Amino acid sequence: MHEASVVESLVAMLSEEVERRGGGRVTNIRLVVGEASGYMAESLEFYLGTLSKGTALEGTALSVRYVKPRLRCSACGLDFERRRFSFDCPSCGGPGKLTDIGGEFYVESIDLEEGAA
Amino acid sequence: MPTIEIRRAVYEANDERAGRIRAGLSSRGIFTVNILGSPGAGKTSVISRLAALVAASPRPRPVAVIEGDVASDIDTRALRALGIEAWQIETGGDCHLNAAMIEGILGRMTLADKSWLFIENIGNLVCPAEFVIGEDLKLVVASAAEGSDKPYKYPTAFARSAACVLTKTDIAEAVGFDEDFFRAGWEAVSPGAPLFPVNGRTGEGAAELLSWLEEVAAARPEA
Repeated sequence: MHEASVVESLVAMLSEEVERRGGGRVTNIRLVVGEASGYMAESLEFYLGTLSKGTALEGTALSVRYVKPRLRCSACGLDFERRRFSFDCPSCGGPGKLTDIGGEFYVESIDLEEGAA
Repeated sequence: MPTIEIRRAVYEANDERAGRIRAGLSSRGIFTVNILGSPGAGKTSVISRLAALVAASPRPRPVAVIEGDVASDIDTRALRALGIEAWQIETGGDCHLNAAMIEGILGRMTLADKSWLFIENIGNLVCPAEFVIGEDLKLVVASAAEGSDKPYKYPTAFARSAACVLTKTDIAEAVGFDEDFFRAGWEAVSPGAPLFPVNGRTGEGAAELLSWLEEVAAARPEA
């Protein structure tokens, strides 16, 4: 269920974008997903297939670009990719804090077939 | 076929709504705490301990609780039996509360100014972390029974919480809970943020948590 409500928001947001541009049909959605947000492309696709029925997004493709979470070391300031079960900085061993990188969840762009709605 | 740049966050509509809810509550001096944690972590017990302490404190304030559950109103009935004002949101499957659900129930509640509002989120450490619902802060409740690796496995839920409440430490030995490992994980994701061991059964530790919450509430510009 995790993905259902966010796909609902996604459909509402993009339907509004299409309407604002005078209608059309969305054929591809480029989504950026930080891996720390826990969204699975398969699940997003499944809900998108169902929840987009009867909207300008019906039948659209979904391209997901994943972003690996990066941590910043509180001791030496190094940015690094998180390893499993660890927040330790690979350089000095200090504690790494989560950054915004890896928490993304936004639509980068869409392909819009104009006037075909 | 034209490619159109969108660059809009999917959470945008929820975040805007949550911002309006928070502004409305804050303008009335209401202090709102969004409580996250796994099923069985002890969220309801911690809330009932806090509510009792607030009611009995030298500066008593009205307390209200919104209970989020996938199904059932067991927790709401338990809180009401203790004389605590509790309202139920049954999500019917959704695994987190969102701002629209809170806006809906607030419209039916009569909250006194300067109240403390505890919102118990759905038991789950994943998606409740991703949604703001109008709270002043998030509080994560974790129990020794869940294991010491939780801050490492669900860093977002812990990192977005202003404090951590650790429950059931009286059974730590029986369940092999490594408190040092847990604390190191919490400290890594939330450097300098407090951790409060609270025993939901006896209430031990709840007073320390309450006094920290009072400090946070008093430091708000609208307090």
